[in-house]
Amino acid sequence: MFQTVGNIGGREFAESLAPDVQKLLISSSCRPLVRKKAALCLLRLYRKNPDVVNVDGWSDRMAQLLDERDLGVLTSSMSLLVALVANNHDAYWSCLPKCVKALERLARNQDIPQEYTYYGIPSPWLQVKTMRVLQYFPTIEDPNTRRSLFEVLQRILMGTDVVKNVNKNNASHAVLFEALALVKRIMSQCVALLGKFIAVREPNIRYLGLENMTRMLMVTDVQDIIKRHQAQIITSLKDPDISIRRRALDLLYGMCDVSNTKDIVEELLQYLSTADFAMREELSLKAAILAEKFAPDLSWYVDVILQLIDKAGDFVSDDIWFRVVQFVTNNEDLQPYAAVKAREYLDKPAIHETMVKVSAYILGEYSHLLARRPGCSPKEIFSIIHEKLPTVSTSTIPILLSTYAKILMHTQPSDPELQNQIWAIFRKYESCIDAEIQQRAVEYFALSSKGAALMDIMAEMPKFPERQSALIKKAEDTEADTAEQSALKLRAQQQTSNALVVTDQRPANGTPPVSELGLVKVPSMSNVDHSSADHGVTQGNGTLTVVDPQPPEPSADLLGDLLGPLAIEGPPGSAAQPERKLVPGTEGVPNANDALAIAPVGEETNTVQPIGNIAERFQALCLKDSGVLYEDPYIQIGIKADWRAHQGRLVLFLGNKNTSPLVSVQALILPPSHLKMELSLVPDTIPPRAQVQCPLEVINLRPSRDVGVLDFSYKFGTHVNVKLRLPAVLNKFLQPISVSAEEFFPQWRSISGPPLKLQEVAKLVASVALKRQS
Amino acid sequence: MGIRFILMVNKHGQTRLAQYYEYLTIEERRALEGEIVRKCLARNEQQCSFVEHRNYKIVYRRYASLFFLVGVDNDENELAILEFIHLLVETMDRHFGNVCELDIMFHLEKAHFMLEEMVMNGCIVETSKSNILAPIQLMDKAS
Repeated sequence: MFQTVGNIGGREFAESLAPDVQKLLISSSCRPLVRKKAALCLLRLYRKNPDVVNVDGWSDRMAQLLDERDLGVLTSSMSLLVALVANNHDAYWSCLPKCVKALERLARNQDIPQEYTYYGIPSPWLQVKTMRVLQYFPTIEDPNTRRSLFEVLQRILMGTDVVKNVNKNNASHAVLFEALALVKRIMSQCVALLGKFIAVREPNIRYLGLENMTRMLMVTDVQDIIKRHQAQIITSLKDPDISIRRRALDLLYGMCDVSNTKDIVEELLQYLSTADFAMREELSLKAAILAEKFAPDLSWYVDVILQLIDKAGDFVSDDIWFRVVQFVTNNEDLQPYAAVKAREYLDKPAIHETMVKVSAYILGEYSHLLARRPGCSPKEIFSIIHEKLPTVSTSTIPILLSTYAKILMHTQPSDPELQNQIWAIFRKYESCIDAEIQQRAVEYFALSSKGAALMDIMAEMPKFPERQSALIKKAEDTEADTAEQSALKLRAQQQTSNALVVTDQRPANGTPPVSELGLVKVPSMSNVDHSSADHGVTQGNGTLTVVDPQPPEPSADLLGDLLGPLAIEGPPGSAAQPERKLVPGTEGVPNANDALAIAPVGEETNTVQPIGNIAERFQALCLKDSGVLYEDPYIQIGIKADWRAHQGRLVLFLGNKNTSPLVSVQALILPPSHLKMELSLVPDTIPPRAQVQCPLEVINLRPSRDVGVLDFSYKFGTHVNVKLRLPAVLNKFLQPISVSAEEFFPQWRSISGPPLKLQEVAKLVASVALKRQS
Repeated sequence: MGIRFILMVNKHGQTRLAQYYEYLTIEERRALEGEIVRKCLARNEQQCSFVEHRNYKIVYRRYASLFFLVGVDNDENELAILEFIHLLVETMDRHFGNVCELDIMFHLEKAHFMLEEMVMNGCIVETSKSNILAPIQLMDKAS
């Protein structure tokens, strides 16, 4: 029964069975077998439901249990004790001397039955367990107990030698290592011992030596002693056994500080070339963090990171190179050096894509600083970067486009040949499928044609505000075991990086100019919050590359048109509105869509609420030719439309729903540039319950997604003004042509790739008699 | 806590005995066993007996054609577990007399009984061979 409950018992079991189990455990009349199981059963129940063991009464009972002669019961009680004490060591003080006594008994081999002796060592497992319990108690008050404990530990530490018999060896060392864990706060002899261990031939001992050293790092005064063994540890890094290599890496990571950084990081980099893949990512991450934390000077740091990317590009996450760029941006003296280095790396025949990204970015920003040097004229830099263009993937191309634009901007006096080359590239990418690339190509092209106005917009990136290294967060997130965690904690405690300081200054070029025409991408750097490394990555990418505020091209740009109507309105309203409605990102557009259907005028407040959803009505009218455009308690505006090729005729039916006339009726058309609209005269007053018809002629000049707006106002008590979109949209001017199947399908098939082609199968709801095609 | 699972696998990768102290589905177990066994079998004599896998450690020991693998938490004393494996082997040896893989295969239930006497819910409970084998010998006598 105990087996069952012990292994799979749940919470309900715990509550109901606990008292019984406890009773069985303490009754001495039970056979040892039963009591053993009872102890562990209780342990299980306790884990499920900590309230089961009521603490006060139980600590005495535990103390009693520990007096137990039978080692089997003692072993299981000890396991129980470990769990109890781990949660709450104060309550179990009385058990402490008993534990020490038990340990003494074992260590001195006093009346231990033969069967519990394992190769001459009395129950090593029990010793280990007991010491584990003792670890949970901070300090021992009673001097007697302390003394006896120390004696025992001393004997263990001194007396354990490497013996021939493997098993005895292992067992005694098991006890030894546990003792080390216990005393690590007290004696620094341990480190000396550990130093001996990591040079031993036996691989198990070496492994444990390294692991325990890593754990010891938490004790500060020990660190100097550990450093003395640096050479040996570095040798372990090259050990054929992967487990040992990992331990060595963790230890090196933990013990690195300003004095030995250079050596350690250089060792790590060397090792990187020969390391196996499982370790490379961890290795590169740790090397990057170490380089950042303890760099003696900044240029060394940049060197290291670039080397890292060069050697292990695949495993260098984006966080690492973002960080480099941040530092380079924030430190002006570093910039020319970084640019030179980037240029050198680009000369290499086969470089990793991340390297291309970094170099392109840095050169884009700072290549003008190098302009004097040989081999670094804008043209040469451009051609070198351009060579790499065919080799990179879609994620790098946006960065390269930015680089070209910046190079172009920085060439003073402007070089027409270079300009044409770069423009040709922009034009080529204007029709690229990827939205990001297309947008950049189009916008950069338009911007660069503007000439001198570019300077402000394309100026250097402003400095980054200081934030916690995403790398450290990442290192903490990746699965770490306890030894590693102590090293990481140590790292986190040393947050103040003394070598590299990220300054927080206002951007050098002041706040970016707000254009009158609305669309401003507000630099969202303050939003970038490394709440999670991944989030930081995507945001980081966004801010690094698309911060330059860019006003849209009013006419030629298909992407900006949805907010086009804003451009039509008078200036006062528009500047305020974009900030309100345009959240940088995707929410801007649908909001604007709905908001524009009834765009409130700043000064006057509309107290009259429209009936029905205006946006929905507009959308319905885009598909139908007649319907209600707008309705409120006083007036109803309907539309009936008739379309022929590029011409259309709408009739506005203004109906007064009330018993009194509507006065000061005014209807103004704000035509967009692609439509010619003519509204015939609208009467000033609409008599009660009457409907007035106003025809409106529309001629479509060219295709556009813009919409015409009707500015309609009237007075009924209060002044009411609404701006309504007119459903004179592109699809109205389209004419169908009939195509036979032979003509259609080759065309259809020749269109390649999504999203240009969409095929959907529509189900017939009711059977329809299919007419023959004429 | 403590021990998560104990496996006995032969050098061809076939699991002869598996005892889990935490719940995993059959597919998970199979996947886990495959991964771990591959790692351990590839190692040679000179390398240490501890392998890190995911967020726990595997302590393994090879006896002729059979590998004994124990998955433990990270804070467990590795050498103690190593010796525990040896204790297990010695116990089985005492019972079966010169234990080999076939003994385990044909008397799987006895091997499980022994293991259950020694480890309960991931903690080592009994380390005396006579105490462990006593109930099993009783069972043999009764049957």
